[in-house]
Amino acid sequence: MVVETKSAQFDSIALDSGATLTPVEIAYETYGNLNADASNAILVTHAFTGDAHAAGISHDAGKPGWWDNMIGPGKAFDTDRYFVICSNVLGGCQGTTGPGSINPATGSPYAMTFPVITIRDMVRLQRMLIDSLGIRRLLCVAGGSMGGMQALEWAVSYPDRVLSTIPIATTWRHSAQQIAFNEVGRQAIMADPDWSDGDYYDKKPPARGLSVARMVGHITYMSDESMREKFGRRLREKEKFGFDFGVDFEVESYLRYRGNQFVSRFDANSYLYITKAEDYFDLTNGTGKLAEAFRQSDTRFLVISFTSDWLYPSYQSQEIVRVLRRINGDVAYCDLQSNYGHDAFLVDIAEQTELVKGFLASTARMAKAA
Amino acid sequence: MASNTMTPVSQPVSLAERPDFNVIGEIIQPGSRVLDLGCGEGALLAWLVENKQVLARGVEIEAAQVRKAIARGVSAYQGDIDEGLADYPDKAFDYVILSQTLQETRAPLQVLREMLRVGRRAIVSFPNFGHWTVRQAMLFTGQAPKTKLFPYDWYNSPNIHFLSINDFEDLCRQSGFPIEKRYFLSGSSRVSFLPNLLAQTAVFLLG
Repeated sequence: MVVETKSAQFDSIALDSGATLTPVEIAYETYGNLNADASNAILVTHAFTGDAHAAGISHDAGKPGWWDNMIGPGKAFDTDRYFVICSNVLGGCQGTTGPGSINPATGSPYAMTFPVITIRDMVRLQRMLIDSLGIRRLLCVAGGSMGGMQALEWAVSYPDRVLSTIPIATTWRHSAQQIAFNEVGRQAIMADPDWSDGDYYDKKPPARGLSVARMVGHITYMSDESMREKFGRRLREKEKFGFDFGVDFEVESYLRYRGNQFVSRFDANSYLYITKAEDYFDLTNGTGKLAEAFRQSDTRFLVISFTSDWLYPSYQSQEIVRVLRRINGDVAYCDLQSNYGHDAFLVDIAEQTELVKGFLASTARMAKAA
Repeated sequence: MASNTMTPVSQPVSLAERPDFNVIGEIIQPGSRVLDLGCGEGALLAWLVENKQVLARGVEIEAAQVRKAIARGVSAYQGDIDEGLADYPDKAFDYVILSQTLQETRAPLQVLREMLRVGRRAIVSFPNFGHWTVRQAMLFTGQAPKTKLFPYDWYNSPNIHFLSINDFEDLCRQSGFPIEKRYFLSGSSRVSFLPNLLAQTAVFLLG
């Protein structure tokens, strides 16, 4: 299935910070067909560094989508039944307006003049896209990690626009540890002299800083066990230590490779803005009263966590589940056994598929009966 | 995986293996709110959704079983019965079901109290430890009974509290749990004579 990224433009969007972006563009892809009464649409929301290309083979680069193992004919998000939409988030760098976009007022990239955005802003722009596609109510919003935050935000901000949500490996508010790792990434970027206060678009980008940020990120996405299995203490193309600071260990080589590869596809300023949006994320706006946040919502929930995920640990999902239970919400929950750490929702998909399929089928049945 | 494996709930649920399910199905009014504690793979709840249009919720501790329950469309969550009930508001459900699980809970009395708090009624079914086959096994072997009803060795049994029908009646009397109805089963037939000796399974409707 070869897919092309499309784009929609809107005159403006009002942001949580009080600022307004004029105009705003959103990149998106769709898979499958929207049915006659527009009742089979599912929005898939991507994690931090993801993009609109969730499934199929991209027309330009010939690459599979980031959740191609979950979206397609007969897969968890079965495109023979459902119309699946994925868009790049606000503040991103893969087609949706972000700090690297041209500010029409100046003719130059926004860079650090781009307004600080929130998860709710991302979701507001997604809602504008859904409106423009003629979809009144989504069958489901589903995503992992930051995608899960967006799914939760949909249920709270637009409860009448979404029948069900599948938040995976996520949290209802960013924790101190999550903020801490993001801050290390941001400081690595800003400490790189090439960052130049964000004005690097006509110069050399802060590749070293961004690469270090990505290395830290990658560590948090894996688990002690998955790293032990994948790398152990194996040396990289050598029999003994080099007694220097070149690459000795396989794991060093892997992290450097991932870091360098990331630089070619991601904008450092987007890294700053999106991590900030994650850190500001708190469904309760600081009150801590999660039950209040969910009270307006009669959305169905399928909450999924993974046993070895230490970046978004299972207890954070369980907090969501407990509160939904307290308000007698419709919630299904499973803590899936996996060694892959936070990355599990992208790679360990057999059991996740089983859950998602059954949940979507029963949601569709309920929608039809209602 | 083939694309036509998608409609789990419409698979016929075999209730024959679990005669107490038939009784439970008989008790529950259509359209009611039902919580099944220890729902396993969600067979009973799926059957109730399909045949009684209930609003179904399930709790199950085993991840593999929760997965299967969710896959067949039941809103089940992975959690511990002994702790999990505390979160629910009072009278959140019309029926709270504890099917063949009371003998596996750590604090049965606490679970029963909580069931009657979150549910308007409670349905409790359990294997009868007073059944003659259990008595006979114990009498003749002098060992922890291993029977059709209690098929486990003592060291790997999930059952940690053994109770007979008379034990349960006593507990209800002492604790003030109002018994609305009682059903005694041997296989799938009803038992009316000497239930504590002849019934394999008891189903109580409390509330």
